[in-house]
Amino acid sequence: MDTVPKEEEALKDTPLLTLKGTYKKFGGLSAVENLSLKISEGYIYGLIGPNGAGKTTIFNLITGVYPCTSGSILLDDVDLTPLKPYRIARLGISRTFQTIRLFPSMSTWEHVLIGQNFLSQSRIGEIFPIRRTQGLALRAQAEEALRILGLWEVRDRKAVTLPYGSQRKVEIARAIAAQPKLLLLDEPSAGMNIRETEELLSVISKIHDLGITILVIEHDMRVVMGVCDHIVVLNFGRKIAEGTPMEIRQNEEVLEAYLGKEE
Amino acid sequence: MLGSTYAMIAIAFTLLLGVLNMFNFAIGEVFMLGAIFGLTFVHMGLPLSVALPLAMICTGIACLVIERFSFKPLRNAPPLVPLVSTIGFSIFFQNVAVNIWGSERAQFPQWMEPINFHIGPVLISSTQLVILAFAVCLMVALDLFIQRTRIGRGMRAVAENLETASILGVDSRLIILMTFFGSGAIAGAGGILFGLSFSIVSPFMGMDPGIKGIASMIVGGMGNVRGAIVGGMFIGIIEVLSVAYIGSSARDFAVYGLVFLALLLRPQGILGVIQPEKERI
Amino acid sequence: MSSYQLDLFSSLGINILLALSVYCPMATGQLSIGNAGFMAIGAYVSAMLTVHVHLPLFPSLIIGGIAAAIIGVLFGFPALRLKGIFLAMATLCFGEIVRNFFMNFLQPLTGGAYGFRGIGDVPVSISWIWGWVALSLVFFFFLSRSRLGLALMATHDDETVSELIGINIVFLKVAAFGVGAFIGGVAGGLYAHYYLYIEPEFFNVWESIFIALYVIMGGMLTYWGPVLGASIFTLLPEFLRFLQDWRGAFFGVVIIGLMIARPSGLVTREILRIDFWIPYLKRRKP
Repeated sequence: MDTVPKEEEALKDTPLLTLKGTYKKFGGLSAVENLSLKISEGYIYGLIGPNGAGKTTIFNLITGVYPCTSGSILLDDVDLTPLKPYRIARLGISRTFQTIRLFPSMSTWEHVLIGQNFLSQSRIGEIFPIRRTQGLALRAQAEEALRILGLWEVRDRKAVTLPYGSQRKVEIARAIAAQPKLLLLDEPSAGMNIRETEELLSVISKIHDLGITILVIEHDMRVVMGVCDHIVVLNFGRKIAEGTPMEIRQNEEVLEAYLGKEE
Repeated sequence: MLGSTYAMIAIAFTLLLGVLNMFNFAIGEVFMLGAIFGLTFVHMGLPLSVALPLAMICTGIACLVIERFSFKPLRNAPPLVPLVSTIGFSIFFQNVAVNIWGSERAQFPQWMEPINFHIGPVLISSTQLVILAFAVCLMVALDLFIQRTRIGRGMRAVAENLETASILGVDSRLIILMTFFGSGAIAGAGGILFGLSFSIVSPFMGMDPGIKGIASMIVGGMGNVRGAIVGGMFIGIIEVLSVAYIGSSARDFAVYGLVFLALLLRPQGILGVIQPEKERI
Repeated sequence: MSSYQLDLFSSLGINILLALSVYCPMATGQLSIGNAGFMAIGAYVSAMLTVHVHLPLFPSLIIGGIAAAIIGVLFGFPALRLKGIFLAMATLCFGEIVRNFFMNFLQPLTGGAYGFRGIGDVPVSISWIWGWVALSLVFFFFLSRSRLGLALMATHDDETVSELIGINIVFLKVAAFGVGAFIGGVAGGLYAHYYLYIEPEFFNVWESIFIALYVIMGGMLTYWGPVLGASIFTLLPEFLRFLQDWRGAFFGVVIIGLMIARPSGLVTREILRIDFWIPYLKRRKP
């Protein structure tokens, strides 16, 4: 992956997601301060920073879980800030969570089905299926999502009974089943061993090949450096650096944020 | 006054809910058992000053039985399960009381000459005032107990976090048992005071006050003894006023209507705190 | 069938409908212990229609159900901001408000606290009742296999995540209340036209609580749970006649015991699947 030439193009591309001057305050505490960000279509972005830097808060702002104190978030020119979470999801943003949140009652297959639920047009048609063709197409897509993640064999098992690494994959499968434009991954490699992490890298790559734009929060530098085209660094709710993996590796402020100031 | 009765049930209920997150639906029946035990002891010839504490001990024990079957084995179940279990206890206690004591109403014998007087449209007797005073003393004592004594501190620690409290050396088993016992004793005391005040004792007397006691706690502010007192007084006053101004048949309509509105408009209760946006994602 | 058995099975049919009416909001995670209120609305509205307006039974039942559903939806919106015990308390208050309403208002039409007599001359036949039960079960069958049913399950499991997947939980939760209220209203109408007499006292808190118990004990996660729960609670007392006055205590003990032994209720999703039973079937093979 040659990063430098692509990087210049990325900055010229039409942005998919734009954050402008976004603030989030909880009481007196500023979780996110004056954050501006441009995410361009088709690339993989990394969002890194020490714990408490505000990374997950940004995901929550984008997906509508928290309202912005001020500022705007635009998806393809649509302002997301006044919208309810389910509308934002239907516009094409999916996410996973820091702690895995699966549905305890459902099997793996059902997770993928519910992920693409809103794509199905007719409500009555779901209860009394007349036109079977649309249903079949969706089911084929659901199957594909499972196969990409290697979950087809365990599709009938209750998702919460699967091993940890597989549960993560189910979460991701559920997210991509909705055919999102933008996928937000929150620390997907948390709790994974080396083999699982490498599997994760290839999964992210396959998702990227589908044309989905990805924004990843990560602590594991192997994932960040290995897969991201562009990295944004946060500390104390502010953006302190932005650039290619190479640039970020050499950035002093970033090193300071992680390692502390050298006396 | 009714308000203090509701307050006492609310406090008994709050103790369990606040400290142990335990929803004891049978609190109304424990209340009823207090009155029934009290009456039984009085009929056996014991003076009131002995019968009352004795009945409180009995209801405390009844609550320990509830602990054994509705709390201890269900520690890991979703909160709905212990609630349903206590509904079972509620049915059980009521039925047992009907069978053993009969379903007719009985009365406490006259224990003091009442002097009646009016405040506005409302009739109050001196017996009710004495009882109110007693109830208030009990509540103040409880408040001090929780704030000042070692066990009280233990209760507050457990309310924060059971595991941490255990690690810090709090004997959680003892705290749990004491909380249940205390809750039962207070509810039982409420029952006797109610019976003395209104001269009605029957196996069914716990149903209505039980629900209103729980409502008092919710309206006053969850998990918070002072909130329970405020809530109880609030509902008591509404009841008395609506009987006076609207008429007794629409009394419940007004009470439940107002509780309903209170829940919708100020769900955290009068003294409650608004939960900050704390959805952990 | 003797007339006593007829009564019993009619009662059973109505209880199943009531259980299903509570199952609806419960399937989205909303505990409702005020459904006797919806039952009362359906009962009184349909009774007033057949007695005073002389409407035939079927439209009266439907209108009674719709009246209950409208109130259910109106209740459903503010109910959204209440969770868990607060919601339960609000539904309880709701039930009591409805009961007290019929006790104090509309007296000339309904007899108020003295009861509404003479609702028709002939009780509705048992096949009407079970016809509605069958209809409801068919509805729930298709619902459980549809994507809408899946959305309900998701809402029940985790509301926040469901919203983030694109599920309109507001619509689902309010609709669940509305549909549940409709079924409860129809059940109330059938009750009124079977026993030909209703009074507000019938629709009290304990009635609501028992209906909720049918669902919780029978199994909250599938629609067969409420059916089983209602059946056990309606039929079991018949087999326990020898206990006479102690039946209540016995029930209390059963409830306490069941919560310890099987907290998720009798019927779970697993039991309904064939692969749950395969190990047992295999053992029986020679």
